Amino acid sequence: MVNQNFINLLAEGKPEYTDGGVLAEFTWLIVVLPFLAAILITFFGKYLPLQGAELALGTVLFIFSYSAALLYEHATKGIANEFFINVGSIGSYDLEFGWVVDGLSIMMYFVVGTVSSLVFIYATNYMQGEIRYTFFFTSLTLFAGSMLVLVSSPTLLQLLIGWELVGVCSYLLIGHYWEKKENSSAAMKAFITNKIADVGLMIGIIVLALSTKTLRISEILYQSTHDYADIKTVAYLGGVLLFIGAMGKSAQFPLHVWLPDAMAGPTPVSALMHAATMVTAGVYLLGRMFPFYQGMASQALDIVLLFGVITLLGAGLVAVVQDDLKKVLAYSTVSQLGYMVTAMGSGAYTAGLFHLWTHAFFKALLFLGAGSVIHAVHTNNMSEMGGLRKEMPRTFSTFIIGTIALAGLPPLAGFFSKDEILASLNHEGHNLYFIISVLGAFITAFYMTRAVLLTFFGDYRGDGHPHESDKMMTIPLIILSGFAIVAGWANIPGVYTGFTKWVTTRKNYIVEYHPESFDLVAMFSGLTSGLLGIGLAYYVYHMSGNATDGDEKIKIKPIWNLLENKYYLDFFYFKFIIDPVKITFAKFVDSFNSNVLDRFVNGVGTTASKAGGIVYTNLDQGGIDKVLNLSSTGTDTIGSKVKLIQTGKTQQYLMYFLIGVIVISLIILLVL
Amino acid sequence: MESGLGLTIVVFLPLVSAIFIFLIPKKQEMLIKLVTLGSALLTFGVSLIVALQFDFNNAGDLQLGTKVSWISSINSNYEIGIDGISLPLLLLSTFISVLAIIYSFEHLPEPKNAKGMMSLILILETGMNGTFVALDLILFFVFFELVLLPMYFMIGIWGDKTVRSVSGLKNDIETRLYASIKFFVFTLFGSAFMLLGFLGLYFRGNRTFSIPELIELGSSGAFTGTFASLVFAVLFLGFAVKVPMWPLHTWLPDAHTAAPTVGSVLLAAILLKLGSYGFVRIALPILPEQAVAWAPAIAVLSAIGIIYGSLACLAQTDLKRLIAFSSVGHMGFVMLGISSLTSIGINAAMIGMVAHGIITGLLFFVSGSMAHTYHTRDMGRLGGNMKLLPKTGAILAFTAMASLGLPGLAGFWGEFMALLGAYNPLPGLNITIFRSSMVAGAIGTVLTAGYLLWMLQRVNLGEPKEEWLDKELHDADNYELVAWIPLVILTVLIGVFPKLIFGATNDAVIALVSKAFGG
Amino acid sequence: MSIQPLLIAAAALFSIGIYGILVRRNAVMVLLSIELILNSVNINFVAFNAMLSDVFLNGQIFSIFIITIAAAEVGIGLAIVLMLFRNRETANINEFDLMKW
Repeated sequence: MVNQNFINLLAEGKPEYTDGGVLAEFTWLIVVLPFLAAILITFFGKYLPLQGAELALGTVLFIFSYSAALLYEHATKGIANEFFINVGSIGSYDLEFGWVVDGLSIMMYFVVGTVSSLVFIYATNYMQGEIRYTFFFTSLTLFAGSMLVLVSSPTLLQLLIGWELVGVCSYLLIGHYWEKKENSSAAMKAFITNKIADVGLMIGIIVLALSTKTLRISEILYQSTHDYADIKTVAYLGGVLLFIGAMGKSAQFPLHVWLPDAMAGPTPVSALMHAATMVTAGVYLLGRMFPFYQGMASQALDIVLLFGVITLLGAGLVAVVQDDLKKVLAYSTVSQLGYMVTAMGSGAYTAGLFHLWTHAFFKALLFLGAGSVIHAVHTNNMSEMGGLRKEMPRTFSTFIIGTIALAGLPPLAGFFSKDEILASLNHEGHNLYFIISVLGAFITAFYMTRAVLLTFFGDYRGDGHPHESDKMMTIPLIILSGFAIVAGWANIPGVYTGFTKWVTTRKNYIVEYHPESFDLVAMFSGLTSGLLGIGLAYYVYHMSGNATDGDEKIKIKPIWNLLENKYYLDFFYFKFIIDPVKITFAKFVDSFNSNVLDRFVNGVGTTASKAGGIVYTNLDQGGIDKVLNLSSTGTDTIGSKVKLIQTGKTQQYLMYFLIGVIVISLIILLVL
Repeated sequence: MESGLGLTIVVFLPLVSAIFIFLIPKKQEMLIKLVTLGSALLTFGVSLIVALQFDFNNAGDLQLGTKVSWISSINSNYEIGIDGISLPLLLLSTFISVLAIIYSFEHLPEPKNAKGMMSLILILETGMNGTFVALDLILFFVFFELVLLPMYFMIGIWGDKTVRSVSGLKNDIETRLYASIKFFVFTLFGSAFMLLGFLGLYFRGNRTFSIPELIELGSSGAFTGTFASLVFAVLFLGFAVKVPMWPLHTWLPDAHTAAPTVGSVLLAAILLKLGSYGFVRIALPILPEQAVAWAPAIAVLSAIGIIYGSLACLAQTDLKRLIAFSSVGHMGFVMLGISSLTSIGINAAMIGMVAHGIITGLLFFVSGSMAHTYHTRDMGRLGGNMKLLPKTGAILAFTAMASLGLPGLAGFWGEFMALLGAYNPLPGLNITIFRSSMVAGAIGTVLTAGYLLWMLQRVNLGEPKEEWLDKELHDADNYELVAWIPLVILTVLIGVFPKLIFGATNDAVIALVSKAFGG
Repeated sequence: MSIQPLLIAAAALFSIGIYGILVRRNAVMVLLSIELILNSVNINFVAFNAMLSDVFLNGQIFSIFIITIAAAEVGIGLAIVLMLFRNRETANINEFDLMKW
């Protein structure tokens, strides 16, 4: 039932990779297990001592260990294999599920496994006492499974399935506190926005599948790197459509609007899904299909690049004006996803994935840190925080590590990945985009420093007495800050480039630039802008007075308004798309249905019944029936007259008889 | 079973039981219920045996049937048989009937009157099963019409008693009355024309009513020209009303809204499939040339139906009416698949039919039960259902997700594959029209997600309204759960392993397409 | 002997009978008038028999039959009249309109 497809057989050249043996063969376990666990938690979770959290935790820890083992195997020996299970045939197409075990997916397994494990541990404490605790873990486990379905997918079909499943989990988790309408609306917004993008993905998959006659990704990649004519004609279209899908999940402008709203969900959800894993699905898709883009749809890459750059700058600017700590991080995530997409668009496959890898750790760290703060002060607003570094030292120090990593200072993770993106942009000669990206780095450093200063420095402005979170929450923070430091060392140009090797399993298909050493221009500009951003923010929000007054100093009213209103995108969407559809069109159709179609049908009905009335009264009752009735009443009337002759008096009868005889006799005598 | 005994039992056992039930005194309620359930279970069991005997390697051939002379003066025979196309629908029909009966055990529209409801369900089942196995046009027509009566009575007797105003009518009218008459007359209107078409085929096609023989004739080009186009037009009318296709759909929302729960479940789950099944079984293979000519029109109407249905859903305040309109959209996908005239599209239609039967059936179960509990279907008054009725709410949420075509659940395949089919229709068809229809369909999926999530937000989520807080509301009882859980499981199973359907349909559809269209 | 006087007598008798039937109100008188008519027929029969010298005596045989039947008829007629008289206490034939419409 299971088919193997040892990738090296496809990638012409001498075998460099193993088939992964038993470890690869049983990778399906980590995909299936979360679903089983989710079912068990749903039905039995409430009866367990930790209300089902232990099952969830066990599952993700298993995923973590399994993916770590895979990563070790892959880093030492190299694995490239994929497995298929036929679940049905339709026409000449095989519908297949399966799992891929190659560098890219192993990297994603590891990210999902690691971040999930830490977030789950964190959440057991963070969510303590919240409603629907068990269901929260059901959804979270379901999410882990769906994400693995997505990243393990060897076919576009399974990819689409995982893609939408994570969307549903996101819906469930954003709307966790659905008693409030804002939250369920945010969940809906996330789902619908993603669904719109999914239409692009779906049509893209249809286009590609029909032109390549297969749904297998490896087969499509093979065809697109071997100059097959059928796919060539639709490559541009397919590439753009797939990217529209990626834009939804990876929150690229202008479909990013759902991500900031998604912060309505509990913080662990934001950390796991809306920072580390789910939102990177779009980047993963671009990475998975990268040989296709490079081989056939390089014009589509220009569009990818353009949107990536717009996103990284636009979202970064909005992050500056946010007061909600989680929203700062959300827009930061959008902006960083912009970086990844930019990298992919510029042809820097490894750099994009590398940023995905490092970002997963430090952004999860930042979110969990923010969660720890919010847990302590019971508000999201930074204007009600301040001075928390004393009360929450562990949260503070780990948050600082995350901030530095995000701002891109060496030797933390963000530095290396961002540098690689900048280097690639520089190398490819995208000068304008290079400058914008450097500017983005400056903005990133600025808003993160602003957030840190507003949250942790100065005096406490809120109510109550915040105190440091529980160990169950701080330990994941500490572990993640460790990752935020070392994750970048996986790919240091000229020193160790293991990461490049991991993810370029299909390197025969990929042409890209791998810097042998640091690109000094990129490194210098990136570093300088980061430092400048930190410095400027430090000056505005700390040195020159109270942190809360900082906003006023840099406020340029029109721009600030524009940013606070998020470029009026939401306004635009509601005013020109959602409301017309939901109110105008829908009402129109409904009234069309009842006032035109139904009226017509009813009109036919009433006309028929009227016609029937006419026929009945005039033709039936007034015509045929009348004649019939006349014949009977006529008989009756005549009879009633004639009967009078019959008096019963015999002598009269005889008289008549005699008269008759006489008349007849006279006639006979006289006439004849 | 060479004699077609199995299929004959599947078709007529319910009818015989219904007659038997008439003989049981009305007071013996439990006996009536048990006999009904027993016969439905037996029917389902026999249909499973039939499925086991079915040779899936030759799913394209008509199997397990028989041909016995029936009305010899017009050469109409009792000819039955199944292939991969009808088998899944037959199983669906026998299965849903069992669930409907289980549900009715404790949820009769009129308590103490088990006799009427149960016998009507059984008669309905005979009609449905018969339509799916009939291979003779007259036989098909008889069964096709047979389903009308029980449904008419279900709606007319136990339907919604509220009085409403109807546009175009001067006086207000009782909902059930309006709906049942509209349903009956609308469908009869279509099928009267259909019968004309059948007669036309009979006189042109060597005086035979046998579908397989007519298919042979049709694929060899016996029916052409104006005659064929007229026949296709009337067949189209007959089947499109039943599907229902835009703009012939307006009986559907009224019938669904007015019908008692079991009625709307059976209506959505099985009755709507009779129309699309008719297209696949009769209209396409017998008149392939006309099918090609009509396909773009069907595609456009389907696309309009998808968008129109979804938009209409967004404007509804009545829960059941919303779900009814969603059927218009979903059946639009089925018809879009059929109109592509490719094996992918028709396969999509097949799985779409089954999935729609399961999912929308379940949606009507749940919404009907909710309407019963709350005594209202007005979504403005509902809310916080997850808190008030957690089990019902969870199943409603699950089903809504399935209905919006979530991958991994049954509804996905029909939608996705229909779009796949429409992107590359049969060579020779106007690609622009089909691709536009596909895009419209894809936009329809977004709207579908929109109205279903909105429905969930209004009905399931939020805090419960005050009027419900002090009321004693009963969550789903065991009968309901026994009726619903199998559908939930089936939704997941088909979603994960579509081979359950494609395994049967694919060969049959490929055979059909290659015979009729050579593609 | 000429036949004419006989025929004239019979005709007179017949006419008297008819007159009696039509004019008399008493039912018994009507019955008697019927007897007169029958007897006028008898005279005719006998007269014509004699004139034709019929060896088979058909006319006389007929008249004997008629006398017999007349006797039976008067018996039944009188019985009916008697019954009617008992019920109605009158023999006036105009009162007897049971056969009226």
